[in-house]
Amino acid sequence: MSYHVIVIGAGSTGAAVAHDLALRGFRVTVVERGEVASGTSGRNHCLLHSGGRYAMRDPESARECIEENMILRRIMPEALELNDGLFVALDEQDLAWKERFLAACEECGIPAREIPVRQALALEPHLNPNILAAVQVPDGVFEPFRFCLSFLATARRNGATVLTYTEVVDFVFQGRTVAGVRVRDRRTGEERVIGGDIVVNAAGPWSGRIAAMAGVDVPVVPTAGVMISVGRRWNRMVINRLNMPGDGDIIVPQRRTAIIGTTSWRVEDPDFIPIPEDHVRLLLDRAERFIPGYTRGGIRGIFAVARPLVGRRGVAADGRELSRTFECFDHAADGVEGFVTITGGKMTTARAMAEKAVDVVCAKLGLEIPCRTREVPLLSYRAFFD
Amino acid sequence: MPTWQLRLLRGRPGGSPRLEIYRVELPAEAYLIDAVEKIWAEQDRSLLFRHACHHASCGACGVRVNGRERLMCITPLREFSPDRPIQVEPLRHFPWLGDLLVDVSPMMRRMAEVGFAIVRQDELTADRPLPEGIERITRFEDCIECGLCLSACPVMAADEAYLGPATLAAIERMLKEPRGGDTARLLTLADDPHGAWRCHSAMECTAVCPSNVDPASAIGRLRRRLIAERFRRWIGGGR
Repeated sequence: MSYHVIVIGAGSTGAAVAHDLALRGFRVTVVERGEVASGTSGRNHCLLHSGGRYAMRDPESARECIEENMILRRIMPEALELNDGLFVALDEQDLAWKERFLAACEECGIPAREIPVRQALALEPHLNPNILAAVQVPDGVFEPFRFCLSFLATARRNGATVLTYTEVVDFVFQGRTVAGVRVRDRRTGEERVIGGDIVVNAAGPWSGRIAAMAGVDVPVVPTAGVMISVGRRWNRMVINRLNMPGDGDIIVPQRRTAIIGTTSWRVEDPDFIPIPEDHVRLLLDRAERFIPGYTRGGIRGIFAVARPLVGRRGVAADGRELSRTFECFDHAADGVEGFVTITGGKMTTARAMAEKAVDVVCAKLGLEIPCRTREVPLLSYRAFFD
Repeated sequence: MPTWQLRLLRGRPGGSPRLEIYRVELPAEAYLIDAVEKIWAEQDRSLLFRHACHHASCGACGVRVNGRERLMCITPLREFSPDRPIQVEPLRHFPWLGDLLVDVSPMMRRMAEVGFAIVRQDELTADRPLPEGIERITRFEDCIECGLCLSACPVMAADEAYLGPATLAAIERMLKEPRGGDTARLLTLADDPHGAWRCHSAMECTAVCPSNVDPASAIGRLRRRLIAERFRRWIGGGR
């Protein structure tokens, strides 16, 4: 088989799609306008979700998270810190959710277990001593850049070509079928056409813009969030608030830092997101409630990036109500052949997103090739630089 | 909101690089990476630079700021005055790809040769009880492979084959906690004219490291280890 598939975007989704395609024997070219993970994936909160966060409101996403969490532990141990997470009740309101939270986790297949407050404070001595309950879940932490590089390194080893600093400027059509993309090499300024049998749009919050170049509409809602990293790692485990998902309710530890996030608002242009000052104040205020003295040791970095949420009609514009699950669009339904968009989802579910997208690609070409990404361990991210 | 002046090195290999001034409006709470990204987004889409995590974990955004190696993502604008241009140039001692972009693969290949594992036992919180179901507490290594130390190192300028501070510090870490690595091979790698003995203790690596690695001290410890190994071989009559 020598079908050639072009993947637009080298974030977590594009990287996982390239890996899946290469494993199934496709010729693959990834085009990315910047560095690997220079968009949403890189500026991720680094949280390998157990699914606990979505168990009550978004069980479909929660199930995807726990399943993928367990797979990633097998296939990319090198890019993960596996120290679990705690959902803690800060007040009576949080505490009232506890039974429902435990039941929802059980329903979604997330191993969750209440531990005594005293034990939680022994594990995490910097945690607010007034917490009322703690539930342990298999959250984890990843390194987003190396997460993407691992998928791409493996794809490359299996024959894929990865072109960074290469921006898609237009689509090439044969009739109503996408026949390739016109790209600009940002290093030389030169433009050229790359021909392909199928083009997969994995451009995250930019996938609407890419789809528009092909004349189709993708209901992606770029929804930004702010995160603040500090100069000290206060917690070993991920600390979540036991409640419905809201602003500033997760502190992710990573390396020697801790990161509080996030907020949620809709943005028009994900290229540059000015950081609202009130979001910073709100996050620091919330962080204090979990870990008193959170900013002692200094603020290390403040950053914002847009999530690619899939829009649903009649849903609030701040994005908290939008599901974190993903969608694959075969644009044949919009009258354009040879073009597929995979968007939404979480970095945790990138592999599953890729599986779905490549299943669609196979179906479009009349192929039946099983997905193997659940089993095949990924190479070290450093193999990307071989 | 203040307007900042950035003087960026621009150009492509084969041409002659030049410094160009850009003006960008941002609050003093923003970081240098925000300024560079905003210039790219709003003024010049041909600008080449590397970045990913924006919190000093990925190591992608290393540059020289007013002559000093820094990560753009943790360099706050409030350190500078809006009246004076902030000069931003690419790292030295890496192949230059254009503007602020360099090719870090030579460093990555050396780190791969060492087999440097980035997940370590966490000693910072080792005194606490383990959560149930967790065998050991891990965290990522301090070294984020940003290359700042290589760029700052005066020996790198003189000796292309020099292993460099990041790699030598990685060898020292792996000897201390081998995580499956072959320690004899690592000792041989370090015990080389282009290895630990080449360093002349300028300490620039430690001065610019954004991540607590302190390569200069690690190289010192590595040398003592190499001397001890030689002595042991001599006493034991081995090789």
